[in-house]
Parts: sequence; structure tokens; C-alpha cells
Amino acid sequence: MEKKHKTAPIKLWEKAKELRLNVYRDIAEAKSKGKLLIGGGTESLIAVPTGFDHAYLGGEPYGASIAFMHRENPALYQQILEASDYAGYPRDLCAYMRSYIGSVLLDKYIFGGSFPKLDFNLQAGFCDTHCKWYQITSEIKGIPYFAIEMLPFQWEIEGESEKVKKLKIDYIANQILDAIEWMIKTTGRKFDDEKFIQGCKNEFESTSLWAKICTLNRAIPAPVDEKSMFSFYILAVLARPKQEVVEFYRELLAEVQERVDNQIAANPYERFRILSDSQPPWFGLDIYRLLDRYGVVSLGAHYTLGLSGGWEYSKEEDTWNPARTPQERGVLLKTREDAARALSEWWLKTGTVCRGVRYSGAGKNKRILDLADKWRANGVIIHLNRGCEGTGAGQMEIVAALLKKGIPTLTYEGNHADAREYDEARTISRLESFMETLGLKKIY
Amino acid sequence: MIENFKQVYEKRHEYAKDWKIKHPNQKMVGYMCTYFPEEIMYAAGVLPVRILGSHEPQNVTEPHVFGMFCPFSRDVLAQGLEGRYNYIDAVATAYPCMHLQQAFYSWVLHVTPKYFAVDMPNMVQSPHAFPFLVGLLEDFKGQVEEWVGKKIMDDDLRAAIAVYNEYRSLLRQVYETRKAPSPPLTGVEAMYMTAASQFMDKKDAIKLLKEVLEKELPGRSVKDDSASRLMMVGSEDDDIKFMQMVEGFNAVIVVDDHCTGSRYFWNQAVSNGSPIESIAKRYIDRPVCPQRDYPERKRLTHILNLARDWNVNGAIVIQQKFCDPHELDKVALLKFLRENGITTVYLEFDVTVPMGQFRIRVEAFLESLQEEGIL
Repeated sequence: MEKKHKTAPIKLWEKAKELRLNVYRDIAEAKSKGKLLIGGGTESLIAVPTGFDHAYLGGEPYGASIAFMHRENPALYQQILEASDYAGYPRDLCAYMRSYIGSVLLDKYIFGGSFPKLDFNLQAGFCDTHCKWYQITSEIKGIPYFAIEMLPFQWEIEGESEKVKKLKIDYIANQILDAIEWMIKTTGRKFDDEKFIQGCKNEFESTSLWAKICTLNRAIPAPVDEKSMFSFYILAVLARPKQEVVEFYRELLAEVQERVDNQIAANPYERFRILSDSQPPWFGLDIYRLLDRYGVVSLGAHYTLGLSGGWEYSKEEDTWNPARTPQERGVLLKTREDAARALSEWWLKTGTVCRGVRYSGAGKNKRILDLADKWRANGVIIHLNRGCEGTGAGQMEIVAALLKKGIPTLTYEGNHADAREYDEARTISRLESFMETLGLKKIY
Repeated sequence: MIENFKQVYEKRHEYAKDWKIKHPNQKMVGYMCTYFPEEIMYAAGVLPVRILGSHEPQNVTEPHVFGMFCPFSRDVLAQGLEGRYNYIDAVATAYPCMHLQQAFYSWVLHVTPKYFAVDMPNMVQSPHAFPFLVGLLEDFKGQVEEWVGKKIMDDDLRAAIAVYNEYRSLLRQVYETRKAPSPPLTGVEAMYMTAASQFMDKKDAIKLLKEVLEKELPGRSVKDDSASRLMMVGSEDDDIKFMQMVEGFNAVIVVDDHCTGSRYFWNQAVSNGSPIESIAKRYIDRPVCPQRDYPERKRLTHILNLARDWNVNGAIVIQQKFCDPHELDKVALLKFLRENGITTVYLEFDVTVPMGQFRIRVEAFLESLQEEGIL
């Protein structure tokens, strides 16, 4: 089959790798440089500690890194998961958490040496697991722990009152301020409000930029495929409050726009466009290479596009667009309180993935259907992820809603971080059968 | 009298339909979580009835809920999909957990379109949770007023609080009688009373509870003091057959910490002037379920205190399969109880349980209590 589109590697690939490495270098060097080393989730309010000189060990990316060990060091991988099993944590619990707990229990850091000595854990959680995760590991390690509850807005379709929305903004903002006071007291260090304000602004801009980049994937042909997107979205996950991430995404936006303008495709054979749903099986990303061979491009998922926020709902257009940052709206952040409030509001308004963990049904269906429509998806492949019940919430209803709209939809069961729950051969078989139902044959 | 509770438990839908016939101008709301602020609905003349599963295998929820969500949440949804709650006028919840929340939204999609969702905070240890919940409840009150077409006055709320407090107080008194060396009622009977009262108008429950306390329990003894004294801890559990099996041995369940049991009614709403604030404080302060027990652990001490106050020999820690909140806590819970001298057995439940295997495990557990010289 002739290639339909020209293609080219993404120029910023190496730079993305370097920025990711910076995060882990930062963690490794934190103590020697006198920085705080803080643990917590990345689907959390990671801008909160930016008033300190610190490095942040994010639990979910660390769990994903452990998942990648499945192929590089299967013995260590197995040891880590079995440590968590042996300690009594059931296998249907969050797979990231179990991996992390196993690593802590064994005192083995997968990048070498002992598990890092964290100064404290700070977690802002929106699912049943996250705040308990750090309670458990704080107890194991005997370190201080502060938790913030992030209680999302309901979906727009639910008609939540402005009064309740304001209550939620205040609830989270007040907890952020308490967290800052607690960190100051626990560490005895000074908190720099200006750095915190800048960290928040960077977070807003990073996530808005990522949303703009993802929006460019509405183009035909799609300029970026989801497997590549994983290398870029992770920067927002790991380090969105950092200036270097903002600058990177500005550059990436320009490059992806250039690709759209010049019809440079992620897949030169693009003939079928799909969305996915949930985290992928991190040790099984070969499935994207399989899709490539059929001329199928995966455009992203609600997860990939929006994990760290950045999308705002437009009532006029009845859709979600990249969110305008407070800076763009002319909102001045002068004080710690302003920043806390703005951060709270940003998460609540733009964090649609976190929202979908708690609220499914008609609201979540609408979000996914909107994605399928706007990204001109011909089909959807849904990972029924045993490792994350948050992303699993409402998935079966989403399947029904998609099928009702006539959108071919496939599900496969797996696990994003526990390879023992993932049957690669069966998944490939299901994907190949799905391709057959779509009348697609392998191109190469 | 206890038998009356058993009748309501077994014929909950008949009770509800009968109530609707007797109260044709009043509405009924089915709710899914015991954090739901029933008092506000009750004050509006609406009867809140808990939606529980039926402990029967079902095959209607697979198209709606991922198979890895807990069997209780799927059993609850199945009741709606099978039309068993077709008499309710609305469905409601306070934030329970991810699984039951998803069952709730599937129920709204396919069964009962009118709904109320109160975003009960998890971080009850934060000083900001209380004012947040007060605001939420005020908004919720407004939604209920719009639904029923009349204002809920403070006096209505105080009257509702008084009814619920009286009910809670009477059930506490029933539980207190179980401290006796020869308890006057079995765990099964206590379960009937607690679970059935979640389906009932609390005024009916109060009437029966008073009769039980005054006329039925005095002088009654169901087991002598040689029986193993057990507590049940864990997820939602109204598995009567399991409890009957346990109490078929020389054992009696004397207290519990789960949400079809004591967590439902344990504390009262203390009046402080504002009834909404009283209700909010009650739900903030009540014995927590696990996903609300952070960053400090307060739940474990409460459970240990129950065990000590009720002179428990051993604890059966039960947990619905795939129940994340209880799975997250169970390692710490088992360790804590064992360190404090409470022997435990841990069992994973489904809507039906493997009675043969569980009988063997319970029997072995009871034997181990004897071997440890506890009895």
C-alpha cells in the first residue's frame, strides 16, 4: 500500500527525554543539594510545595517506571509486586500503589540503591486510594504526612450550583493553605510565596499548552500518535509547575502546529483513527505498533489528553476547549491566598480526568462522546484496567453510549502496572479480530 | 417484636409499598450510603429507604459495571435494573466509594432519573470539612424544598433530628444489652433490627424498639457465658446466612463495626442552635469508613474500644471482594487488633458466600480461641 502522507520524527524528542531525566536527577541529588525531598502523587497539587527548594518523587510515574521494569529486570519486578502481595495488599488494589509499597517494603529504589529518604509525604487525593496510599507508606517509613482532599466539580450536565462550586473551591484552597503552614512547621524552612505563585502560573500554562497540543490532533492526518504523546504528556504529570516544562510545551506546540500546517503525519498510512481509554498497559505498548501496521492512529485518550487538567467547558459551544489561564484572563495573583484559590479553581474547572473518577454516567459519557466527535475518531479501544478503578468508573456505560452512536468499540482487560494481570497474546488477538471487523488488513 | 424486624427485612419492598399507600401525598427516596443526611429528607416529609442488595446471583449488571467493581455495588444496581425499587420517587447518595458511586450513576441513567448526590467530604479530619458540609447541606435542603414544593423550616429539621436521635439512642440501648455475659439477642437478631430499620419509617422502628427493650429482651438469654464472643468488622454486610452459620456454633456476635450495623446509628446529632450544623457535625463525627480515615488513623481505636467494651474474644474481619476502602485498611486493622490481643479471622465476601469453606474456617477460628486459653 502506498504511503498516503509524509512523516518525520518529532524534533523535540531528545529534549523531552532530557527533561524527564532532569526530574529523576533532581530526586537523586536533592539531599546533597540541601533540597527537600517530598513524596506524593502527581495527580495531586504538586504546585503546592513549589515555595520550597525541593524535588518531588511522584508515586504514579514511579509505579509506571516499575511497570517498565517488567521487561528490563523481571526478577526485580516480580520481587516488588510480591512484596506487596505478601504484606497483604490485595491484587485488585491500585497497581501503582502496590508497586510503590513493594518498593518501599523492600527498601529498593528501581533506579538504584535504597528507597529515597523522603522528608515528608504530601498528597492531594481525589480517588479512594491516593490519600490512603500515602498514609500506609508514611507509616511504613515513619515520616510525616499531610493530606488534602480534592473533591471535584460534578459534570456540567449535572447542573451543580455556583454556590456548591464556590464551597468546593474554598474547601480545597483552605486545605492548601493549611498544607503550607504544616510544611513550614514540619521542616522549619521558609516558604517563598513568589515561587509558589510562579509555580501555580506555570502549572496553568503547562496544562493549557498540553491541551492545545492535543487539540491539534483533530487534524487529518494526526500529527502525533498516542505512543509518542506518552513521552510528552509525562512532563506535565511530573513537573508542570516548572518553567522549563512551560517552555518545552511552547516549543512543542509550535512544532506540532508546523506538522499540521505541512500535513506531516504520525502514521503515513493513516486510514482509521481511534481514541483509547484509561492508562495503557505500560509494559505492553507494542499494541500501538501493531495498530500502526494497520494504518490505525491512536489519537490519545481522555487520560492522555487531560490527566493533569487544562480543559474548560464552553457552554456556548457545548464542548471542552484548552482552558484560558488566569494570566490570560487578566487575573492577578499577588498573595499566597490568591494562588491557593486559583490553583484550587483551576483543578476543579479543568481537571476532567479526576472528575471522571468520581462522576460517571451521563456526564462522563458526554465528555468521551465529545472527544470522539471532535477528534473525528472512527473507533474507540477501551482498556478495562484492573489496576485503576478510577479510570474504570463508567467505562461500560461509555461502551454502550459509543455503540449507540454507531462508533465501533473494543474492550480488552488488562492492568496498567501489574503485568501478571495482562495477557499480551490475548490482547493482540482481540485487536486483530477488531481490525478484521473493521475490514482492515495489515499494511506491513 | 424482633420477629417484626425480620418480617420487614425480608419483605422490605412490601413495607415500602404499603407505606406509600398509607402516605399518598408523600414521596420516598432510595439512598445508597449511610452518610446520606436522611434527616433533611425526613424533615420534608420524604421517607428515605436504604437500597441494599439481595444476596442473589445476578447477570444484569455486566453491561453497566466493570466486573472488578465490588459485588455489593453490583448487587445494589441489580435491584434497580430488575425493577425491585420501582416505587421510589428519587434515588440518592452521599459520596460512598468509587464502586457504589458508579452503581449510583448507572442507576440514574437506567432506572430512576430523579436523583440527589451530596458530596460528603472524605477529609473529615480537616477543620474545613465541617463548614464545607454545612454549606452543602444548605444547598441540598434547597434542592429538596424545590422537589417537594415546600420550605423545610428549622422546626421541621429539629423534629426530624429528634426522631432520628431517639431511634439511634434506642438501638444503642439494644446494643448495650449485648455487653451482658449471656446476651439477650443474637447477632442475627441485631442485624435484622439494624438493617430492617434502614428500610423503615423511624417512627415505626422506634415503636418496635421500645417494645423489644421493654417486653422482649428483659430476662432473655440466647447463649450462656461459655459462648465465644465475637465482633464483625468490615464492609457493608447483611449476610444473614453467614451470621446464622457462625452463631450455630457456641458463639455469639455481640458487636460490629460495619455500615449495615453500628456505623449507621452510633452517634447522635447534638443540638447547638442550628439544625443544619447539628446534622453536619453528626456526619463529620460519626464512626468513619476507611476512605475517610486519614491522615491519622482514628477508626482502629474506635474498633478496639468496641471490642474491649463488649468483651470480645475474637473478630471476624469481613470485606466485600474488590472493596478498595476496606482492603486499604485491612493490613493495619488486622495488625492492630492482633497486637492488642484480639484474635482475628479475615474473610472475603461475595453476594453469596462459600458456606462450606467458611464453616471450616470459622470452626477453626473458634477452636483457636479456645486453644489460646481465651475461653
